[in-house]
Amino acid sequence: MSQIPLVDYLVLGDDPHLVAHECTGCGARFFDRRNACAGCSGTEFTPVRIAGEGEVRAFTIVTFAAPGVPVPFVASVVDCDGTSVRGNLVNVEPDPEHVQLGMKVRLTTVPVGADSTGTEAIGFGFEPLGDDGNGSGGN
Amino acid sequence: MASDDIWILGIHMTKFGKHPDLDTVDLAAEAAMAALADAQVTMKDIGVLAAGNLMGMGAPIGQMLQKQIGQTGIPVYNVANACATGATALRTAIMAVKAGECDMGLAVGVEKLAGAGLLGGGGRGKSDDDTWSPKGRYGAVAPVDGRIGTEAMPGVFAQIGMEYGHRYGGTSFELFARISEKNHSHSTLNPLAAYSKKMSLEQIMGDVMIAYPNTRPMCSANCDGAAAAVVVSGAKLKTLAPDQQRRAVKVRASILTSDPYEEACQILPNVNTLTREAARQAYEQAGVGPEDLDLVELHDCFATAELVHYDNLMLCAPGEAVPFFESGASWRDGSTPVNVSGGLQSKGHPIAATGIANIWEVCHHLRGEAGDRQIEGATVGLAHVIGLASACGVHILEKAAA
Repeated sequence: MSQIPLVDYLVLGDDPHLVAHECTGCGARFFDRRNACAGCSGTEFTPVRIAGEGEVRAFTIVTFAAPGVPVPFVASVVDCDGTSVRGNLVNVEPDPEHVQLGMKVRLTTVPVGADSTGTEAIGFGFEPLGDDGNGSGGN
Repeated sequence: MASDDIWILGIHMTKFGKHPDLDTVDLAAEAAMAALADAQVTMKDIGVLAAGNLMGMGAPIGQMLQKQIGQTGIPVYNVANACATGATALRTAIMAVKAGECDMGLAVGVEKLAGAGLLGGGGRGKSDDDTWSPKGRYGAVAPVDGRIGTEAMPGVFAQIGMEYGHRYGGTSFELFARISEKNHSHSTLNPLAAYSKKMSLEQIMGDVMIAYPNTRPMCSANCDGAAAAVVVSGAKLKTLAPDQQRRAVKVRASILTSDPYEEACQILPNVNTLTREAARQAYEQAGVGPEDLDLVELHDCFATAELVHYDNLMLCAPGEAVPFFESGASWRDGSTPVNVSGGLQSKGHPIAATGIANIWEVCHHLRGEAGDRQIEGATVGLAHVIGLASACGVHILEKAAA
């Protein structure tokens, strides 16, 4: 079955990862295109791979959302080796006992669903990194 | 009074809450007419009008208001700056007067928001032919709200509070709920608040969870309302009646900032740096410090937001917002009363009106007209709003010399 990423900064394949446009002047990273860098006004960018592991810097457990958005889910900000990434925390119970600030997580992919041609959309999330370096669940 | 000073000559806020029988123009007209009456002037005296209304989606609220209360041919600026729209309207009128284009201006903010529900978030579904096709700046094939974090305001501001806790420690669900308990307690003295019921900590924590750690009463209340202010130059004020001069409130600082670039601001709005910068500029312009403030109305759109703004407005040392709150400083009998109006969580948050309504609250105390909730002897106060994407308005106001 063919696959398509939920967003264009998610690269699928054997080694799924996120990419960003990095300003060659100051190193600022953007997930969308910019005409000039918001930080330094430089106009040259180069694609960079974002680290796949990080630390939860902020989270919220959303239990009331817009119509059509399934709840509960854990929204978070993950610091991936200096680049902040917005994503859901997955493969973890969505409650304050299981989700903690500072917890170590890693990128994983999440199926979104198939369209009428059978193409499957694939999203991403972050799952807890166990003490042994293994995640607490599959994807 | 120096000729180039700016003063609030008249100001008014409507009752916040449900106004099913009044439309947007009715509410704006009520606030504007009352502000003019408070200033003891009419539309004929006004040289510029700045007005804001977000839910009108670009309808010319200023001209609609003129048709309701007086079409005098003056320039109208219809402004929009998210939750900072009211402050932006006020700042626009102040700039016109300060630039010498006129000597008196009117600023109005109005919103019909009762029953609006959750703001932000949602999004489109699959395309019409039911196939995944990349759209937008991120080439998204499906709505990302809920799949890549949250775009709804309660969760965005929850993360802003949690991030503060991660950096400095000391936060908890209960701590944030206690901030809300304070504001709901303050609201019992405000007859214009949308909700003026005291709520216990247990009630607040036990209410419907919207986005942890924000329960429903910890979120700003959607409601209808309007607020308006008349500003005047010092030169003009000198020519007005003694009673107008006595009740005028001096604008010691009027600042508007936007968010400078910082790492992470593309994924979670940074409400801190632009607020801190607005506060720094305002204190410098006013020649006062946080220790001089008798009251502060700050943008508590969520309980989690109030905490970070104690720090951003420098009401405490950096990183000390939790001990500042725990000391009782921000209660109405504390050293720096914060949101004695009840704040957005109970007074309500009719978006475009908020940035003038908070000025009204401060003026009310500086004039000694705040009745049961008067902060005795108040001479200097600060009003703060922030709108996402982002804009921050800070005004410092001072009572007229006797």
